[in-house]
Amino acid sequence: MAIRIWAMCFLLAAGISAVQAQQQNSPTADQQTTQSATSGEKGGTPPNKSSPEQSAQQSQARSSEEVREAIRKFLAIGAPPNPQAAKRGQAIFVSTCGFCHGPNATGGAQGPNLVRSTVVLHDQGTGKDIGPVVHNGRPGKGMPSFPNFTDDQIHDIAQFLLGRTQAAANRMDYTIQNIVTGDPRAGQTYFQAHCSSCHSPAGDLARIAKKYDPVSLEGRFLYPGNSNRPGMGPPPDPRAEKHVTVTLPSGGVYSGVLVHIDDFSVALRDSSGAYRSWIYNDVKGILVEVHDPLAQHLVLLHQYSNADMHNLLAYLETLK
Amino acid sequence: MKLQAAILMIFVLPVSLAAQGLDPSAILHPVPGSWPTYNGDYSGRRFSSLKQINQTDVKDLRLAWLYQIHTGQGGSPFGPEIKSTPLEVDGILYFTVPDHAWAIDARTGREIWQYKWQSQGGIHIGNRGVAIYHDWLYFETPDDHLVCLDKNTGKFRWAVVIADLDLEYFSTPAPLVINSHIIVGVGGDSLDVPGYLEARDPATGAVQWRFNTEPRPGEPGSNTWPNAQAMEHGGGMTWLTGTYDPELNLLFWGTGNPNPVHAPQSRKGDNLYTCSIVALNPDTGKLVWYFQASPHDTHDWDDVETPVVFDADVNGKPRKLIAQAARNGYFFVLDRTNGKNLVTSRFDPDLNWSEGVNQKGQPIPNPEKQPKTDGALVNPASGGATNWPPPSFDPESGLFYLSSTPSYSVYYLTDTSAHPEGYGGRDSIVWAESALVAMDYKTGKIRWRHVYPGEGESFSGILTTAGKLLFTGDPSGNFIAFDPESGRILWHTVLTSSASNGPMTYELNGRQYLVVGAGDILYAFTVPQTGCA
Repeated sequence: MAIRIWAMCFLLAAGISAVQAQQQNSPTADQQTTQSATSGEKGGTPPNKSSPEQSAQQSQARSSEEVREAIRKFLAIGAPPNPQAAKRGQAIFVSTCGFCHGPNATGGAQGPNLVRSTVVLHDQGTGKDIGPVVHNGRPGKGMPSFPNFTDDQIHDIAQFLLGRTQAAANRMDYTIQNIVTGDPRAGQTYFQAHCSSCHSPAGDLARIAKKYDPVSLEGRFLYPGNSNRPGMGPPPDPRAEKHVTVTLPSGGVYSGVLVHIDDFSVALRDSSGAYRSWIYNDVKGILVEVHDPLAQHLVLLHQYSNADMHNLLAYLETLK
Repeated sequence: MKLQAAILMIFVLPVSLAAQGLDPSAILHPVPGSWPTYNGDYSGRRFSSLKQINQTDVKDLRLAWLYQIHTGQGGSPFGPEIKSTPLEVDGILYFTVPDHAWAIDARTGREIWQYKWQSQGGIHIGNRGVAIYHDWLYFETPDDHLVCLDKNTGKFRWAVVIADLDLEYFSTPAPLVINSHIIVGVGGDSLDVPGYLEARDPATGAVQWRFNTEPRPGEPGSNTWPNAQAMEHGGGMTWLTGTYDPELNLLFWGTGNPNPVHAPQSRKGDNLYTCSIVALNPDTGKLVWYFQASPHDTHDWDDVETPVVFDADVNGKPRKLIAQAARNGYFFVLDRTNGKNLVTSRFDPDLNWSEGVNQKGQPIPNPEKQPKTDGALVNPASGGATNWPPPSFDPESGLFYLSSTPSYSVYYLTDTSAHPEGYGGRDSIVWAESALVAMDYKTGKIRWRHVYPGEGESFSGILTTAGKLLFTGDPSGNFIAFDPESGRILWHTVLTSSASNGPMTYELNGRQYLVVGAGDILYAFTVPQTGCA
């Protein structure tokens, strides 16, 4: 294999792009906070559902719902319970069963967790399996009998438990708690030292905390424009696009947005919109320079302590 | 292409040809150039002694055939992907995707049979392939069945339930045949169910033994859990095919993360035998030794990655070794006679979750990097620094190769109750890239590391051969041959998607075939031979 000249220059070009850039429409919170749709292994990412700029909110809501449905299907979570039945069942459960099993059915003073109980999981929201247990009790284990519950009431309890089980199994729908816990002043100091050469609280970041919920905002400052997981993060920000300059041995120089690069070829789209590509082996002496506006984000990503991350978020949350 | 005269001849076949198939003893010493188990042999090295395809002629590799699968409706919402490594037995390849198995002609890629299992549900994330015992073929399903087919016809023989679908188990591994045992593992960590490994009877599917990932109260290891309840719901799935040493008669298997996954407050302690390599007697299922790669894991880092068996010198002395590149980013070399740690090192230089390594060679988790309600920034993400894509050990280079995914995620604790359930938290990946890494087993040092220039993750496994070649895929759909010594690229071709399984190789009638799966297509490559038009 011929020797190829191969140069990757990670240049801090964010300043330039920041001037030209209009802030890209904000993604939905759901898209950003949706984690990888994997279980044990990796692989299997939901489809990209980024929406056009017009009618953004509508299609974003739809797209977010579609992603959630796809994830439900991927996780093989069955049909959800009837909401009214589950609500009635919850009321019965809390008043009658909650003392022993806990109001959320996760276990209480005397009774076990029912969300991951084999009987409940086999019941699948029907009431057929839990009915006899409720009616007859478990004298050996100290559970009293409740012979007066009707079949409808048992079914409602079963529907409530089905909802609890599905909520536990559907990790993509877990609610992230308050993450704005840092010290905004420490965050401001960090910002001034590490971020202010490219970003400004009065300029590109003005009112940034109004555009994104905290989890999305955290994801964005850690590493924006994530293209690793299509559909999982926000749509790519034009400011985050890598640029490439290709210098041919003949002297020709081509620049544009990096469309693709691997060990064998490079492709770009130039300012006129034209697409060009080269195979390194066919163009001996080709010089390829990649300019990555996110290079400094990557440097910081390797350096942040949890406190740095929390403080920086707390500071950015003041920009409303 | 030249014309060839075709001569049709009718043979009278001897009747005794039937009912031979693949004798388990033949897996002990595989016919050179065959591939009778998931990893090709029991060692998990994925090193082939074939060298018709070698550094000199690799540039002439060309497509021999390709086979596209068709699965119809159902299955994964993201479409089927060939993650299984085909078995090659007597000129036929056998492979799977969830709910489907195929036999195709290893010379021509022509379909011989396809079998579809009617699924009752379960997570359809992938299937690692089949096992063959005489004329019987076995595979596991997302709805937790072990299915037995006639390997010659694809006809259904029987199916037995190996786990409880209602409890959110799902099953992905390729079963492993050892003598008269079919070893089956299980998966699923949505609802805090216990992991186990079973041996099943080849004729009936009946349970022969079961190894439980968690000890029972009072048993050794139970002191690494706070109570019986935590152990009963402790997770530790066995979802990737293990390895075997016939001389020591030890079966090596990796176990998954403990449950609840990210919320550890109800399971204080090391949580044995989760996130461990366990060495079992394959005739009884009894634990002989263990090595825990991630004590008290909180990041979903299953330790199921292939524990690779090889004999090699350490400090001038021949040793029986076992090595693993773990999902937590560490590379371990152990003495496989007793599980004693010889080497612990990082194959991912930027790991940030541990405070160092203890005297037993185990990483010490940094409490600051456990999931927090307001987030902990951790390298790697929950998918790990590596994952199921098969690694390879090349005895000629002395190097251990793995596909790596350097990555960062913010881990959020979402369930702060005293009794969390399921995952109890989630991680949000912020950045990832892919690299091919060569580790020196003697020193634990990285010999070379090739970071793919494009963004994205590679899920390709690795094959090394005596042709002094390493085959794997990159995230951009390239299937690449590397020089195992130096990491130099020698050849590549472009597939319709990125390689999605472990590449494998075999020889038939003097011709070496190289096979790789990418998405829904299986590709076979060969080099032209003298005398072959």
